Amino acid sequence: MSIATVRSDLPLATINPVAKVAATIPLSIGLVLTLDPVSAGVAILCELIVFTAVGLGPLLWSPRTLPVWIAAPLTGVSMVLYGQPSGTTYWQFGLIEVSEGSIAIGLATMARVIAIALPAVVLFLTIDPTDFADGLAQTLRLPARFVLGALAALRLVGSSIDDWRTLALARRARGVADLGFIRRSLGQAFALLVLAIRRGGTLATAMESRGFGAPVERTWARTATFGAREWRVIAVGCLVAAVSVSAAILTGSWNLVWA
Amino acid sequence: MAGGAIAASAPASIEARGWGWRHGGRRVHAVSGLDLRVEPGERVLLLGASGAGKSTLLHGLAGVLGGDDEGESLGELMVDGRPASAARGRSGLVLQDPDSQIVMARVGDDVAFGLENLGVPADEIWSRVGAALDAVGLAMPLDHSTAALSGGQRQRLALAGVLAMRPGLILLDEPTANLDPEGVYEVRDAVARVADETGATLVVIEHRVSVWLPIIDRVVVLGHGGVIADGRPDEVLVGHAAPLRAAGVWLPSDVPWHAHPSRARDIQPLMTAHRLDIARVPGVPVQRGIDLRVDSGSITAITGPNGAGKSTLALTMAGLLRPEGGRLDPGAPMAGARGNEPWRWRSRDLLTRIGTVFQHPEHQFLTGSVLAELEVGPRALKMSPAERSERIEPLLASLRLEALTAANPFTLSGGEKRRLSVATVLATRPRMLVLDEPTFGQDANTWRELARLIAGLRDEGVGVVAVTHDETFIDAVADSRFVLAVGGTAAMRDVPASDRSHGGGGSA
Repeated sequence: MSIATVRSDLPLATINPVAKVAATIPLSIGLVLTLDPVSAGVAILCELIVFTAVGLGPLLWSPRTLPVWIAAPLTGVSMVLYGQPSGTTYWQFGLIEVSEGSIAIGLATMARVIAIALPAVVLFLTIDPTDFADGLAQTLRLPARFVLGALAALRLVGSSIDDWRTLALARRARGVADLGFIRRSLGQAFALLVLAIRRGGTLATAMESRGFGAPVERTWARTATFGAREWRVIAVGCLVAAVSVSAAILTGSWNLVWA
Repeated sequence: MAGGAIAASAPASIEARGWGWRHGGRRVHAVSGLDLRVEPGERVLLLGASGAGKSTLLHGLAGVLGGDDEGESLGELMVDGRPASAARGRSGLVLQDPDSQIVMARVGDDVAFGLENLGVPADEIWSRVGAALDAVGLAMPLDHSTAALSGGQRQRLALAGVLAMRPGLILLDEPTANLDPEGVYEVRDAVARVADETGATLVVIEHRVSVWLPIIDRVVVLGHGGVIADGRPDEVLVGHAAPLRAAGVWLPSDVPWHAHPSRARDIQPLMTAHRLDIARVPGVPVQRGIDLRVDSGSITAITGPNGAGKSTLALTMAGLLRPEGGRLDPGAPMAGARGNEPWRWRSRDLLTRIGTVFQHPEHQFLTGSVLAELEVGPRALKMSPAERSERIEPLLASLRLEALTAANPFTLSGGEKRRLSVATVLATRPRMLVLDEPTFGQDANTWRELARLIAGLRDEGVGVVAVTHDETFIDAVADSRFVLAVGGTAAMRDVPASDRSHGGGGSA
């Protein structure tokens, strides 16, 4: 499983992951505060420009961002159907009421989901979990025990996926796979949990035998740096947020969600 | 210089004085009353029956048994004259399972992990990482993915991780039990090189004595009451051959067991593959165009290197995986199931037709007791309680599981788990038996029982397919061998050591 490896030649791959996560926060806050099409639309435009400029264009249009492009319209459609109606009503069926207002809310919601999720997904694809753990523990000073424990647990995800497949085959071989899907899955999930705990126990012993948790000040083989490049990434994030919010306010479409 | 960089630590001594350990929640001590002294630089092979506390001793020496909340300790266990639990970093432990002891995603980071924990300065870490990888013969970039390593490479990586910490004591808990033959010698040779270069004290647990004999200079045999034999390897192995054999140790002097030729009559094809394409994950075929026939009353061994698709082929023949292409035709004895495609059969229909024993018994356990486990298949076939016990009683006896009927399958020893997983499959009397690495990690006793049992089933007319790396097993029981190669060539041939051949398959 390639779940824990990232191509290190990607643009931004060497930036401290903490900076990349931090860079997405201002925009997310801005877009959560308002529900209007302008701020999100401008944000998406800025994101496309910035990612293309730094060379992440191919990732932007790769199948790995597909979930965003699928999920966003779905949320949009549900808002169109069930959102607060206002203005002209185009169609009504039970609880469903498609109106001018609900269409506007739907579009704004869809744009919002794209504007927040797209940079998160693209940036996360450039983050190596090991680097992320280094950043969390060294830059943010989170407790090494938890960060490294979580990181090591990632090693077991691949094994668990294989386990799940084998468990399904084994149940079929033992004559109990004719049960309903839900009962079968529940039993299988429990078995997976048992196996995962056992593997986790072995891994914990292996880690402990190599001094993990020893009462010594831990050193770091890989130094997580936080320098000018990281600050520039955060500055770009702030800039995109500022441009989007300003555009919304200037065009008069700024619309606080609770107002 | 690599050698110089790893040789800097003095070998450690071991001393146990009346040492014992009881795991929390257990009534019986795993080890008790142990007295043992190991001088610095000695290389000890630790033998004993399963349950004699070998692993517990090794974990104790590594200081990973835990504190008072995890168990109760008696007497003293010292490394270099200090309590083993306080001597962390003086010893390094390599465990059996190659899949669950890799901590990091990249090779270099994984070796560095222990050094970071011990607080070694960052500028010193990387030279020690390089030296340790050199010493175990893993010449690869530091950012190589650990997920892409073979079993033997993983175990050598674990050894490098231990070595980089410059332990005076290296502890190996069945480091090669789960490896193919190539991996076994890879790891053994790396251990020998490391021991020579560092002079570290070495304690190894392994059943396969002949593999380790060339590099050890002392054998200690543990029994339930402490050390039952201790001395030079030749003395102990000859002088205590009987108890060692009873404990399941593979003695170099043992003559390999061979099955007699098949006594099965009325041979019929059970399953025939024509130009079969196989895939573990749908859409990603690992082999194409396989021709293979499984007959009743014969044993076919599927061999080949890791990654060639041996298990995938076996599971496809077993009706568990959908063929990617080609045909899989069940023979006349399989009639009665719905349709002609085994992978579409109902799960229940498989029970009396094809039994599959998976590589890891844990994958197929479904219940909380040995007895309930054995009843799963007969219950699914709606047998009456009388019929069920008629099936199960003889299996319990022949596979030595009578005393364990109430035990939880997950708490059994490795050999007991294997015997139970075979018994559960036999309870529904399938006409064809598919076994994935049945002898992996088994001691000599379980090995012999399995070999005899499988040969006996063959005589009764069961068709057996066994994926295996175990050449001794193939020599002992297989009638024919089907060799898969990486990249898609397959060939059938008879087992050379015998003339028990009778057409096991169709391909030339």
